[in-house]
Order: sequence, then C-alpha cells, then structure tokens
Amino acid sequence: MNFDFSDEQQMLQESTRRVLAAAGDFEQRNAQRDHALGYSTQLWRELADLGLLALNIPEADGGIGAGAVDNMLVCEAMGEGLVLEPFHASAVEATSLLARLADEQQRQRWLPALASGELIAVLAHAESSNGGALEPTQTRARPSADGWQLDGHKSMIYHAPSAALLLVSAQIEGAPGLALFAVPADAAGLSLTPVATLDAQRAADVVLRGVQVGADARIGSEISKALSEVLDFSLAALCADAFGAIQSALNATIEYSRERKQFGQPIGRFQALQHRMADMLIHAEQARSMCYLAASHGDDPDPAQRRRILSAAKALIGQAARKVGQEAVQLHGGMGMTDELKVSHYFRRLTAFELRGGSTASHLQRLATDISNDRS
Amino acid sequence: MNLSLSPADLAFVDQVRQFLADKLPAEIRQRVANRDESQLKHDIVAWQKILHQQGWGAPAWPVEFGGTGWSKVQQYLFETECALADAPLQLAFGLKMVAPVIMRFGSPAQQQYFLPRILAAEDWWCQGYSEPGSGSDLASLKTQAVRDGDEYVVTGQKVWNTLGQHADWIFCLVRTDNSGKPQRGISFLLIDMHSPGITVRPTRLLDGGHEVNEVWFDQVRVPVSNRVGEENHGWTYAKFLLGHERTNIAGIGANKRELNRLKSIARACRQNDHRLIDDPVFASKIAQVEIELMALEITNLRVIEADERKQAPGPEASILKIKGTEIMQRLSELQVEALGPAALLSNGESRIAGLQPVSDELAANATDFYLNQRKVSIYGGSNEIQRNIIAQMILQV
Repeated sequence: MNFDFSDEQQMLQESTRRVLAAAGDFEQRNAQRDHALGYSTQLWRELADLGLLALNIPEADGGIGAGAVDNMLVCEAMGEGLVLEPFHASAVEATSLLARLADEQQRQRWLPALASGELIAVLAHAESSNGGALEPTQTRARPSADGWQLDGHKSMIYHAPSAALLLVSAQIEGAPGLALFAVPADAAGLSLTPVATLDAQRAADVVLRGVQVGADARIGSEISKALSEVLDFSLAALCADAFGAIQSALNATIEYSRERKQFGQPIGRFQALQHRMADMLIHAEQARSMCYLAASHGDDPDPAQRRRILSAAKALIGQAARKVGQEAVQLHGGMGMTDELKVSHYFRRLTAFELRGGSTASHLQRLATDISNDRS
Repeated sequence: MNLSLSPADLAFVDQVRQFLADKLPAEIRQRVANRDESQLKHDIVAWQKILHQQGWGAPAWPVEFGGTGWSKVQQYLFETECALADAPLQLAFGLKMVAPVIMRFGSPAQQQYFLPRILAAEDWWCQGYSEPGSGSDLASLKTQAVRDGDEYVVTGQKVWNTLGQHADWIFCLVRTDNSGKPQRGISFLLIDMHSPGITVRPTRLLDGGHEVNEVWFDQVRVPVSNRVGEENHGWTYAKFLLGHERTNIAGIGANKRELNRLKSIARACRQNDHRLIDDPVFASKIAQVEIELMALEITNLRVIEADERKQAPGPEASILKIKGTEIMQRLSELQVEALGPAALLSNGESRIAGLQPVSDELAANATDFYLNQRKVSIYGGSNEIQRNIIAQMILQV
C-alpha cells in the first residue's frame, strides 16, 4: 500500500496546473466564459500540445494510455482551475469510450483528431428519463437502406454545442441491449438547443428525428459493459474535479479568514469560525480519501465492486461539495455572494457536481439496497 | 498510488486471524461480544499474557524493549483484526501511554524495572491527569508535590481516572513549581497505587458502570527516583504522550465491528411486516455511516503512511479522533434506534421474552453502550479541543 504518485504523475499534475495558470487570470477566464463558444480555443490547443487530449488514447494508437489515477490528478487540477474547456466530456469520457469500442478504421479516423484537439466528441447518453445512469434509453435505432435511422431525445449533454461528433446510445428496435452510433453534429434531423450550465459550461438538449447514418457509424456491438465501465471511469474523474474545487474553496476561505479584519483582528481568530473551517477540512480530507479510492477502482474490472465504491465516492464527495461550498460562501460574508470572487464560482461548480452523475440520494439508495440484499 | 495491501501484509493478516482463532479463549471472546465487563480485569490481563507469550505483547514498541518491530500499517491491521474478532482491548495506559515516555525520557533503572512488567501484565497502570478544575485546561492542575529529601510529598485530587480501582501504578502530572507559567512547573511522577495516603473513590457514570474514579493523594511519599526526566519538564513529556500512538485513534476495527452488529440487529428486528433492514430509510442511514467509515479507513491509512516517514505524528490525528468518534456515536445511536422499545430496559433488568427477536449477543447492553459512548467525543482531548488543534496547526489562522 502506498499513497505516492510517481514522478511522471506528479509532473503530469504540475504541468496541467502550469498550463492552466499561464492561460490567463480569472478575468480573462470569465471573458472566455461569456463569449459565444464559452471557452478558450487557445487553451484547448495548449492542452493538446501538452498531450493531455491523448491521455485516454491507448499507447498502441499513439496516445498515453493513462489510468484512472492519472486522470484523477489532471482533473483535480481542472477543478482547481475552474476549467471551462471540454476536457472531461471529450478527452476523458468520449475518448475512453472510443478507445474501448472503435474498430480499426474508426480509430484511425477519430483518435488522432481527438489527440490534436481538432475533433471534439461527446457521449450523448443521458436522457431525462434515466438521469445519466446506465438504464435503457428511449432513443431508438432502426435499420435503414444504407445503415441506421435514429430517433430520440438526449438531455443536458455537456459540451455538445462545441462537439463535431456525438456518440449516441440507442436501443436497436426489437433487440435487447444498447448500441452506440457516431453522429456528426451537422447531420440532417439532429437539432441542438444550447444552454449555459450552473458551472459555466455549455451543454445542449439533443433531439434526433429520423437521423440517417451509414452502417459504418455503429461503434462496437453490444456496449452495455463498456459504457458502464466508461461511465464509472468518467465519474471517478468528475469526483477528482470536484475534489480540486473543494480544496480550493477551503484554501480560499482560510486565506480570506487570515486577511479579513473585523473588531480589530483577523476573523480567523474567532473560534466560531475556526471550528467551521476545521469541519470543512475534515470534509475535504474525507473527500480526498474517497477520490483516491474511486480512482483506484476507476478501472476495476469487477462491476459490483466498482459500482459500490463509485456510488460511495459520489455520495460522500457530493455531501462534502455541498457543505464546503456553502460554508465557503458563508465565511466570506457578503463577498462570498459576489461574482467577483472565485469562491462563488467554486460554489457553483460544486453545486453542479452534486446534480451530475446521479444524485447523492440515488447513490446512497443504491448502497442501501445492497445493504438490504446482503445475505451475509 | 496503490491502495491494495502488499502480499506480505495480506499474509500478516492471515497470520493474525489464525492466531486469534487459535489463541483467543472462547469465554473471553464471548464476554467481549456481549459487552460483559464483569471480568474485565481478568480478561485484559489474561489476553495480554497470551499476546506476550506470542511475542506480540507490545505491537508498537521497538524490538529492543520487547516490541514486535511491526510497521505502523501492520500495527493497524493487528488492532483492526483483534477488534473484529472480539478480543479485549489492550490496556493503553501502560503499553501506549507511559511506556513510550519511559523509553524516551526515563532512566535506565526505570526502563529495566517497569517496561518488562508492563509487557507481561504484571502491573496495571492508570493515569492521573485531569483534576476537578483542570480538564481541557490541563496545565492549570494543582496537585502539589513538595520535595522532602529524596522524596516528594504529594497532595491533591485527580478525576476521570479510568480503571484505577485495579491499578498497581499511576502516572501523574503534579505541580512542583508555582512561580512561572503554569506549563513550566509540572513534573511527571510514577506513583505506587499501594502507597499509604491514596484513596480511590468510584465515580458512578450515567450508564451505571464503574469505569472511572476520583483518586485522592494525602501526603503520599514518592521517591524522587520515580520522577521521569527533569523536574518541571513534565508538560513536555505529557505532550509527547498525547501526540504518541495514533495508529488506532480512529478505531476503525471497533467501528467496523459495531457496523456489522448494527446490520445484524437491523436484519433481526422487524418493523411492521418486514425486516428493518429492508426499510429504505433505515438502510440509507446505515449506508451513510458506512461510506463515512469507508472514507475514514483511507484517511487513517494516509495518516499512518505519513507517520511512518516522519517521526512525530501530525495534527491530522485530530481529524481521525473527531471523525472516528462521531461514527462510533452514530453507530451506537442507530443500534438503539433499531431496537426501539426493547432498548428501554434499564441496565441489570432481565430481558422480556418476545419483546425483541434479537439475540443477547447482538442486543448486548446496546442502551448502556450508547450512553457510555457519549464519552468518546469528550475524552482524550474533547472534539472541540481537537478542532482548536486543527485550526491552529493545519489552518494556521
């Protein structure tokens, strides 16, 4: 047992932090947020130059072939940096799924473009009925003359507005299980309603009406197992992003309590606030532990064990996210309510985290069901 | 990062489990499982002797003093397995508290006399720290030790003295100087509990148990050779003691055992027409405490691993103390909640047949246990003091 990161892993995290810090200050980041695209294409290129967009492309395909722990370290830095770019959606989730399922021709077509940043792909799986969980989708695929026809409605797909390629999950009519289809964003019959999200990302509702794709658009065959693995792998990375934001919100609060003076002294001298910060720290340390546990099971081949750990991590980090986020705002006083300070942006990101990837309550309920069913 | 145990540590766990299966006497295991403390002294001493015979009497001591030489991870695994197997707790006062102080600051004569006796359970040790006016503010203590030739004459009162009714020795903080800062005039004495002038009076607790005492000292004569280290430097040794031995402060093994018990109770108890564990609300409460324990186990291992490298344990131990005790209190609370009206039985009452289909071993004194466990967030530095420590040392505000 050890909690050390290799030199390469530490460099990976440090270089991610460096490139994010060099990309500009907080005002510049917010200016990008308010532009039409919602993020910086220059930073996206720099992430590609650093090799981060090839993180989840296997070595055999010219990528880095990183594991869940590497993803954790990078995503922690992304959370700290309040990153707007579609790293998690494209470079973690969609890329991992393609790396698992795509055939040789598809790999050659997409993986190099993903690595260079030219192509942004997103997984379009979540529907309003399934909350992003691995449940049957309402989206249907029917065989057509040249391939497939797709009909359905995907909701709150992060970074779909900037994606050129959507990986759409669907049920083949009359057949069990799930299938995956590559759909170009400009396909006829596909309509996208972009929205800005709570955590300053861009997302979209995606409606598919009689979308026609070729036979070569199908990726893999039965995808349930791979999809479940990728959703968990991606959830572990999202947990790390949240942990980065939790730690940053705590650090900002400690810093503020040292500087802000009232009644002639730094407010951090007041015990009422000290104890609240101590509790925030306990939440943060417990969240860090679950983040490590999630990463160490992020690519666990045992699905029951992986699900159990990931549900525990999502629930506990979600609770820490809410508690630390709310307390960080409270301890900043009126300044915590402003858009000017980073702390309110961490709070929004942490609030969004709890709403994504299955709610705290749903994950706790899953664990509770396991407890009820355990016959030991 | 690798969160799996090494093959060597896995083999170690197997070895400990085998030992517990072979050597832990069934009647002692049964009493611990039933939270039956009627033969507490016998059980603790007998178990310590069995461990000593195996060479495992002092897991945390250096080999030169008769310790095991185990890594901190192994010490943690050992304590966790012992708790899960319902072995008695090893008495901390000798092994984990006074012994490290004697090793570090004691004279060779003190080391040669006391340490082997602690290891072999020949002496029962207790602690004389708190006083009526000195709890969290321990340095304000008033028990006087006045030098008279090569003896000290000790007069004063100690409280919250745990299990001193069985003790042969007490380690005490006493005041030897009143002139400067309170911390500067404290000395660390080892006092024979059989000395004339010592009176032990039980303090009856809210669960009805006799766990703690008042200890009165009336002109008790203590040889100067029983002082550890230098006169008036006792506060340094006391802080060393408080900061020492943190591998088990989170009580992961005991918490896991109580979690298992809670699940078993919830399987056995019925609510309306179903098992309590099938109630989604109650199962969710169990799930909540289980994920906190899951996280704490990793947090604990992170602290242990960090401790392994730097000698002195850091203030992270305060996190383990707060969270570990909160989890334990929650588990004891949920056990009572699960038992419902059956938990109303006052201690000592025989159980009412048919009121609750839970075995004696499961329900064992659940209410008394709940009452008793309120102590864990108070003792060893209350959880509020722990939050002060976190604020001052980690937050540095």
